Amino acid sequence: MRLTLAKQTLLHLLLLTGAATTILPFLWMVSTSLKPESEIFRFPPIWTPRAWKWENYSAAMQAAPFGRYFINTVIFAVTITASNLLLCSMAAYTFARLRFRGRNLLFLLTLGTMMVPGQVTMVPVFIMLKRWPLAGGNDWLGIGGHGLLNSYVGLILPGAVGAFGIFLLRQFFMTLPRELEDAARIDGCSELGIYWRIILPLSAPALTTLGIFTFTAAWNEFLWPLLVMSKDSMKTLQVGLQVFQTQYTTRWDLLMAGTVVVTIPVLLIFLAGQRYFTRGIALSGMKG
Amino acid sequence: MADSRAERREERTAFIFLAPGLVLFFLFVLLPVVAALYLSFCRYDIVHSPVWIGLRNYARIGKDLANHGVFYLSLRNTAQYALGTIPLGMALALALALLVNAGLRGVSIYRTSYYLPVVTSLVAISMVWMWLYDPTYGLLNYGLELIARAATALTGRQMMIPPQTWLADPGQAMAAIVVMSIWRGLGYNMVIYLAGLQGIPEHLYEAAIIDGATAWQRFKAITWPLLRPATAFIFVVSVIGSSQVFAQVYVMTNGGPNNATTTIVHQIFQNAFSFMKMGYASAMAFVLFGIIFLLSLLNLRLLRGGEVEYA
Repeated sequence: MRLTLAKQTLLHLLLLTGAATTILPFLWMVSTSLKPESEIFRFPPIWTPRAWKWENYSAAMQAAPFGRYFINTVIFAVTITASNLLLCSMAAYTFARLRFRGRNLLFLLTLGTMMVPGQVTMVPVFIMLKRWPLAGGNDWLGIGGHGLLNSYVGLILPGAVGAFGIFLLRQFFMTLPRELEDAARIDGCSELGIYWRIILPLSAPALTTLGIFTFTAAWNEFLWPLLVMSKDSMKTLQVGLQVFQTQYTTRWDLLMAGTVVVTIPVLLIFLAGQRYFTRGIALSGMKG
Repeated sequence: MADSRAERREERTAFIFLAPGLVLFFLFVLLPVVAALYLSFCRYDIVHSPVWIGLRNYARIGKDLANHGVFYLSLRNTAQYALGTIPLGMALALALALLVNAGLRGVSIYRTSYYLPVVTSLVAISMVWMWLYDPTYGLLNYGLELIARAATALTGRQMMIPPQTWLADPGQAMAAIVVMSIWRGLGYNMVIYLAGLQGIPEHLYEAAIIDGATAWQRFKAITWPLLRPATAFIFVVSVIGSSQVFAQVYVMTNGGPNNATTTIVHQIFQNAFSFMKMGYASAMAFVLFGIIFLLSLLNLRLLRGGEVEYA
């Protein structure tokens, strides 16, 4: 189908309007983060700062232990990504390739956990972490201290594995040809060896997709860190951003500098791994 | 004999491989669901031991619904959010996907920019939009003023659009959150529609053009029916996601003004962790669970039924 030049221009115009609408808030965020206060509270607003105030960034970083929040977020996101890749792929391999009693039932139960909304389990898991025996000053009955609250373990453990990841990887593993494994088995390779040396290397695209998804989700996670990490030194970036919002005033310059800092890592990952995002959506959604 | 030993070894490997995942599921999903059900029949403030009160939490929810209390409002607001975001969000996503798929050059840059809000954190996005919605210095009120000025110039009559208070106005706050949420979710839905569009064989359109079908007829007879799986998938994901809306509400309005934007999950969160009514919150969580379960059953029928196949 060839489009006439007029039609092409019209389509581009429409698409451009859409793109401008998506980009505008981001530009406004960056612009605000670089303005002195006198230019922020101005009506009509101005787009480019007259005096670029880079100091907003250092001021924002000093207004709260942002370095600490950043490290906490990295620890949280990296660990949860690693544990999901490992545990999900192990379970997925088992469901895709090994024969054992109760396989279908266990797989159905695993999928069933996806049906349970996190808000139902949130309260008991919170109590469980608080009452975790022999942790965070607790005695063996789980009384006396704060348990696993305000700890990395408490933040990470409940999300260390996910049914969605198992499902996604199992679907992928089932598409891999069995010939290689059979040959390796005849040569005396163990199941562990087949999983580690044949299945995983062949699954790099699926693992990358799951890894990127898990990492961005963890980086952006809000409700769970908000509940578990109440101590300032243990907060993640998403929770820490709120220091600029008090009941009466909001430091928009510093807050916008903070949101830029929070946003940049995931944006870079997205721009670098764009095709994995689209593939992940296709893998997870359409063919199911 | 050798065979059964191999089988046993396979079972053992399976057990070892599955154990960590299953233990975690047991600890952090199965056990908590049972615990939450138990708590929903208790009064519990985390300091004192749970006290069994039977169905009183559920009775309280019933009374709240009958008297149009806060939980009733949260249900109403959540429904408003779903009705506001889903149809409009899906229509816009489809329109964008059709535009991106029209065969223009250089569309990948548009696709990328539409997807940017999807990967950005909801908290950061919410804060940026709060600034856009600022009643005094916000960009949106400035936009309204520009529109008024343009209208004045065009008609020659003095036009005024007074500045709006958006998130501070009980009548507008939910709409403001809806607009932001549509903006954020658009890219995700568009990518799914695009995948659907790219799966439609080109020869169907060629045949239709030879038969003299107009663009609208082609859309109605080919594109829309063949996009049904994509439409159903987006619908299902959006419905379940909407029923759990929380972060943008918590950040932008904290349920206010006057409970105009409080949602189901916001109520669960507040009751459990601000008012320390963990039993009541658990009962609310089970009401949410029930709602999501029913919606899922409906959705399942939607996903199954009405497959269209053109060879």
